[in-house]
Amino acid sequence: MKKNIDIHVHHVTRVEGHGDVLLNVKDGKVEHVALNIVEAPRFFEGMLRGRAHYEIREIVSRICGICACGHALASIRASEAALGVEPSEQVIDLRKIVLAGENLSSHFLHIFFLVAPDLFGVKSVLPLASTHRDIVVRALKLKKLGNDVSDVIVGRHVHPITMDIKGFTALPTVSALRDVQKQIIEMIPEVIDTVDLIASVADRIPDFKRETEYVSLGPIEGSNEYPFYDGIIKSSEGLTYYPAEYRKVTNEFITPDSTAKHCKHLRDSYMVGALARFNNNSDLLRPEAKAAAEKLGMIAPVHNPYMITVAQLIETVHIMYDTVDIIDKIIRRGILDEDYSYQPRAGTGSGAVEVPRGILFHHYTYDSKGRMENADCVIPTTQNLENIDQDFRKLAPMILDKPEEDISLLLQMLVRAYDPCISCSTHQLNVRFK
Amino acid sequence: MSKPRIAFFDFASCEGCQLEAINFVEEFLVLLGHVDIVQFREAITEAEWDIDVSFVEGSITREQDIPRLKEIRENSKVVIALGACACTGGVNAIKNTRPLEDVRADVYGDKKDWFPTFPTRPIDQVVKVDGYIYGCPIDRNDFLKNVQLILQGKKTLRHNDPVCVECRLAEIECLLTLGKPCMGPITRGGCGAIDPSYGHPCTGCRGLVDDPNENAAMDVLAEHGLTVEDIRSYMTIFNSFRPEDIQ
Ligand code: SF4
Ligand code: SF4
Ligand SMILES: [Fe+2]
Repeated sequence: MKKNIDIHVHHVTRVEGHGDVLLNVKDGKVEHVALNIVEAPRFFEGMLRGRAHYEIREIVSRICGICACGHALASIRASEAALGVEPSEQVIDLRKIVLAGENLSSHFLHIFFLVAPDLFGVKSVLPLASTHRDIVVRALKLKKLGNDVSDVIVGRHVHPITMDIKGFTALPTVSALRDVQKQIIEMIPEVIDTVDLIASVADRIPDFKRETEYVSLGPIEGSNEYPFYDGIIKSSEGLTYYPAEYRKVTNEFITPDSTAKHCKHLRDSYMVGALARFNNNSDLLRPEAKAAAEKLGMIAPVHNPYMITVAQLIETVHIMYDTVDIIDKIIRRGILDEDYSYQPRAGTGSGAVEVPRGILFHHYTYDSKGRMENADCVIPTTQNLENIDQDFRKLAPMILDKPEEDISLLLQMLVRAYDPCISCSTHQLNVRFK
Repeated sequence: MSKPRIAFFDFASCEGCQLEAINFVEEFLVLLGHVDIVQFREAITEAEWDIDVSFVEGSITREQDIPRLKEIRENSKVVIALGACACTGGVNAIKNTRPLEDVRADVYGDKKDWFPTFPTRPIDQVVKVDGYIYGCPIDRNDFLKNVQLILQGKKTLRHNDPVCVECRLAEIECLLTLGKPCMGPITRGGCGAIDPSYGHPCTGCRGLVDDPNENAAMDVLAEHGLTVEDIRSYMTIFNSFRPEDIQ
C-alpha cells in the first residue's frame, strides 16, 4: 500500500524552546522530514560587541536558563584565555562543582520530566503525581539537589552571581560545603533506585541504530578524569584538537532548505552530549557508574540515539560520587582567601566546556581596554541539529507502516532524547523557508 | 469552587523564570493542589484555552509573536509578565542600542536577511498586562507572594523602593564604597539585595524604580571612580528598552 502522510507537530512539547517536527510522505516515499527551529532569535553575539570584560558572562548566562552556569563557565574560560588570566586550583575545583550541579539538575529534569512520561505512556509528569507520587517527589528532590550543589558556590543557579573571571566575589564556607556534600551522599541511593527503575522500562526505549561521529572533550594528556571542565576536543574518528581549533570541527553552515545553522566534521553529521561523552570516555567513568552502565546494558560505542537519556543517568552516578570527592579535596585544603584582581589586555581566546547537552564553545577577541571586539558561541544543540535530521532520514522510512500517531510519537521522542536546548541555540538560528 | 486554571507561555527568553517557578519542591506540590495547569509546553503535552491566569515569559522581538500574544490575552482573564524579559525587555533589549542591521550581520553575516527581527519590546507594549513579577530571574519568594496575591484577585507588588534599602536593612557592605559599579540606588527592590549579599554589584535586573534619578546615580558612581562610559554600559545590561525605539 502506498501511503501519503503529512505530519506537522507544532511546538514539540517537553523540550526546551520552540521546534516543529515535519514529515511529508507521498506514495510511500519520504519527501521531507526535519526538525524546524521556530524560536525567536536573540542575537547574543551582536549584543556583546563593545561591552566590558566583566559584563560578558553576566549577559551570556542569560542565553539559557538550563545551562546558565555552563555558558558562564565557557565564557569565563574564553575570557581568561584571551586576557591571559590563570585561575587558581581552588577556583578550578569550585567551578567543577558548579558544573557538576548543573549537569545533575539538567539531566534529572530531562530524565524525569521530559522523557519518563513517554516511557510510562502519559502526557506529562503531572498525572504521575497521583499514580506514582514517590517518583515525582524523587524527581523534584533530585532536580533541586543539582541546583543546591551549584547554589552553594554561585549563590543562584539561574543566573550565577559570584562567578567571575579569575575567581569569585564570595566563597562558600566549609560548613556549607559539608552540608551539600551530606545531601549528595544521602541522595545516592535514590539515583541507584532510578537506575533500577529505568532498567525495568528499558525495553520501551525504541530500538534504532545509526552510527555517527561522536564529538566531546577528551582527557588532557596525563589525566584520567572523565572530562567536563577541562580537556581537548576528541572525535570518535580518532582525531583530537585544542579548544582554540574548534572551528575545524564545527564548520557551521547554513543550507537554503533548513531553518538553522548546522555543523558537520568528518561525516554527514556528528553527535555531542552525554552519549558522545560516554562513547568517547566510558573507560574513565568511576566504578560505580560503570556498574550502572552494566545494569543498563550499555557497552560503548552505543549507536542508538534514544539511549542518550540512559547515558545521562550513568553520568549522574559518576558526578554524584565525583563531587563528594572534590568537596573533600577542597575541605582538606581549607578555603583560601585569594586575590582575584587582574588587568585586562588585548587578546583572543577560546573556552570549551561540557554542558548537559554537549560540548559548548565560546570564542572572544578583546581590545586593549578589555572591550569585546568579536564573539562567537557554538552551542551543543546547533551541533546536534544535522545529526537529528540524519537520524530522521534513516528512521522515517523504517516506520512508515505504523499508524500516524505512532510515527509522530517516535519522531518526537527522538527529538526529546537529544534534549535540545532551543532557546540556547537560537541566539543564531530561526526562520522557516518556503 | 473550581480551581483556577493557570498557564505558562514563553517568547524570546532563556526560560529561566519558568524553571525557577518549578525549582522548589514543596511549594510546587502545594501549588499543584490549588490550581490546574492547563498549558506549560516545557513540562506538559496537553494544551487547553479558557485560562484564568497566564504567566508570560520573554520579550517580543518579531512580527509573528504579536498575534500569538494577542491570542493569549484574549483567552486569559489575567495576564502576568513573568521576569525581566517580559516586564522590561531585559537583556534582549541590548540589541536596540545598536543599529539592528549591524546586530543581525554580526550573527548571521551575509545571510542576515533570512532572520527577520524588530526592536525588542516588553509585552505591555503589545497587550494590556495586569501584573508584573520582576527580575532576571524572578525571585522565588517574591514569586510565591505574588502568586498568592494574584489568586486572591489582588495587584502584584510594585516594589518602588530601591535595592539599596534592602541592602541597608541587611547591613550589607556598600559596594559603591568598594568602587564597584552597583545599580542598587536606582533599581527596583524585592530581591533581598541578593547580588550585593554575595559581594556582587546589582546589575539592575528588576528594572528601574518609577522615578529613577539617573543623573544623581551617575554622579554617585562617578564619585567612586567609574567612567561615564563604564556606567552607561552597565546601566544598559537590563535597562536598554526605550519606548521611542519602537515608534
Ligand atoms: S528574565 Fe532572565 S531568567 Fe527570566 S527568562 Fe528572561 S533572561 Fe531568563
Ligand atoms: S541585586 Fe540587582 S541584579 Fe541582583 S537580583 Fe536584585 S535587582 Fe537584580
Ligand atoms: Fe541551553
